[in-house]
Amino acid sequence: MKKTANNNLKFSFWKAASLIIAVIGIYSLFIRFTKGLGASTHLSDKIPWGLWIGIDFIGVGLAAAGFTIAAAAHIFNNHKYESIARPAILTAFIGYMMVVALLVIDLGKPENFWHPLVMWNVHSVMFEITWCVICYSTVLTIEFAPVVLEKFKLVKIQKVIKKITIPVIICGVLFSTLHQSSFGSLYLIVPAKVYPLWYSSYLPLHFFVSCIAAGLSMIIFESYLCARAFNRGLNINILSGLAKGVLAAISIGSLLKFADIAAEGKIQFLFFQVPETYAFWFEIIVGTVVPVYILTNHKWKVNRTGLYFASIFSISGFILNRMNVCVTSLVQSSGEHYRPSFEEIGITLFLVLAAMIAFKLIVENFRVFEKEERQTDTISSKQEILSKNLLFNKQNEC
Amino acid sequence: MYKNELIGSQMGLLFDAAECIGCGNCYQACKEENNLPATNKEFLKDHLSNNTYTVVEEYGDTYARKMCMHCLEPTCVSVCPVGAFEKTKLGPVIYDAAKCIGCRYCMQACPHNIPRYEWSSTSPRVRKCVLCYKRVKRGQMTACAEACPVEATICGKLTDLIAEAKRRIKDNPGKYYPHIYGLEEAGGSNVLIISPVPFEQLGYSSKVPKVSMPDFTSRAMEKIPTVVSLGGIFLTGMYWLTKRKNQLAKERKALSGNEKNSK
Repeated sequence: MKKTANNNLKFSFWKAASLIIAVIGIYSLFIRFTKGLGASTHLSDKIPWGLWIGIDFIGVGLAAAGFTIAAAAHIFNNHKYESIARPAILTAFIGYMMVVALLVIDLGKPENFWHPLVMWNVHSVMFEITWCVICYSTVLTIEFAPVVLEKFKLVKIQKVIKKITIPVIICGVLFSTLHQSSFGSLYLIVPAKVYPLWYSSYLPLHFFVSCIAAGLSMIIFESYLCARAFNRGLNINILSGLAKGVLAAISIGSLLKFADIAAEGKIQFLFFQVPETYAFWFEIIVGTVVPVYILTNHKWKVNRTGLYFASIFSISGFILNRMNVCVTSLVQSSGEHYRPSFEEIGITLFLVLAAMIAFKLIVENFRVFEKEERQTDTISSKQEILSKNLLFNKQNEC
Repeated sequence: MYKNELIGSQMGLLFDAAECIGCGNCYQACKEENNLPATNKEFLKDHLSNNTYTVVEEYGDTYARKMCMHCLEPTCVSVCPVGAFEKTKLGPVIYDAAKCIGCRYCMQACPHNIPRYEWSSTSPRVRKCVLCYKRVKRGQMTACAEACPVEATICGKLTDLIAEAKRRIKDNPGKYYPHIYGLEEAGGSNVLIISPVPFEQLGYSSKVPKVSMPDFTSRAMEKIPTVVSLGGIFLTGMYWLTKRKNQLAKERKALSGNEKNSK
């Protein structure tokens, strides 16, 4: 009895928090659309990109499991990962919807968002990203469609989709490879502005490798919380497989990063007593040293809590990296410090909340997780806690 | 010296910081030509903004103009996802607000930090000097060059401007710092600057790479077709291979099961 009361209390706390975030978010959106970007953000002529661009990078990166898991399960035919393909694709789908919404809000002229479809400039990285994001969102829709179709027993369309699944997944992997790396390419053209520790002609490669680690970490993180909330078993075999992927991607990524810094003769930048150096090392410790330490520890790498914490560090390191590239690295050249405004944070939290609620509603109403592992009687109340927990964690990271 | 002879006949500006007297006629003429509201009572303290396309800055007894450099291969033209910027044949880099989606990549990417934004508008435009495109098209000088009383800003064909800059440096030994800013910076631009002191001292960035900026991006972008085709082949191949491997494993299992049964 006591436990239920406790749960109810927790439940209402998160409900209240969500309500507050929703009110702040809607207010911020109102300011954004009635008074413009100047009134609602701390962006300026010197800092034309801020928190929102960072969140776009982070959202898309954390959604990367959508293509890695789909490839592992359906292209490399490693059927072990089939059971997590649906949650991974759902995460990616919701992540992309959130990013697209935020991108449109961030545009000075949101009503012109469709222009890249008809007005082409193939030399622009932004143009390429726009197209890849649109195409990949379509791919994700097709990949997730079976979940919706089976619910409504639309057998005919299901059959059609099944036939095109493999080519669609291959296209998805290619689109993802392109735009995940292209987020890094965005900064290739500003070699004089990005702080040397983050600038590299291999930025696209760094972005690609790090998104693989981030995406897989996100799935470990999510699986752990879902298992706890749905009171179902956690397949440690699958998680260990994912963790190996995370370890490989983080190791390769950091080796590439340091090799790159050494090759470009920037080693001295690692030791200057400036904020950029501290930010860089903080990113490396949180996102590389700690997760690698946990994931190479004999006890922790087979322990679900160990993997959970490794994933939290890996995700945090990834978030730090993206924020460093798009904010910290530009502070010196712009000569201005940027702090996101109340409205920028408000809209971001609101979109994250919307993503959580969407995830929760879809998981509740469709067969996203494997049926046999699910114990239907405990879902509804515990799920509330899950989504709120997720929200809490994400907020902390943002 | 240019890749293409036609470039030399493009229109441009030469600004001579050694000759500039800081009168502000160019600043005023620019405001009038572009119908821009007054932004600062003391023009020397004004900054580039959505209502100010050029400024005159005071550095001791030297004055420096800041404005769009009209690069030969402009970064803004290359990064804009919808092609809202255009490098015209005449030389000016112009902007079409009707195409613009407001992603502000041009502002982020400009090596000279020139484009400004109408932050307070709900339908904001990017604002910058357009080298008086309308006037130049009619064969006129830019408003600023016309207003300059001392030929510190002159307007003309690029080849003529370069010759003039070189002549001024050569004919006045010791008067100029021996460099023409804009000849190589960011791959070259239609606005050229000469100065009595090193350019960094007048607020012109010396960090600007002396190569065409769009090349930084195209080196990565040109790998896309290879990544797509090789990636496509690799993934399709892996799909068939792993599928076949699984099938063989299954058959072997079934076979060994049968053998056991028969024994």
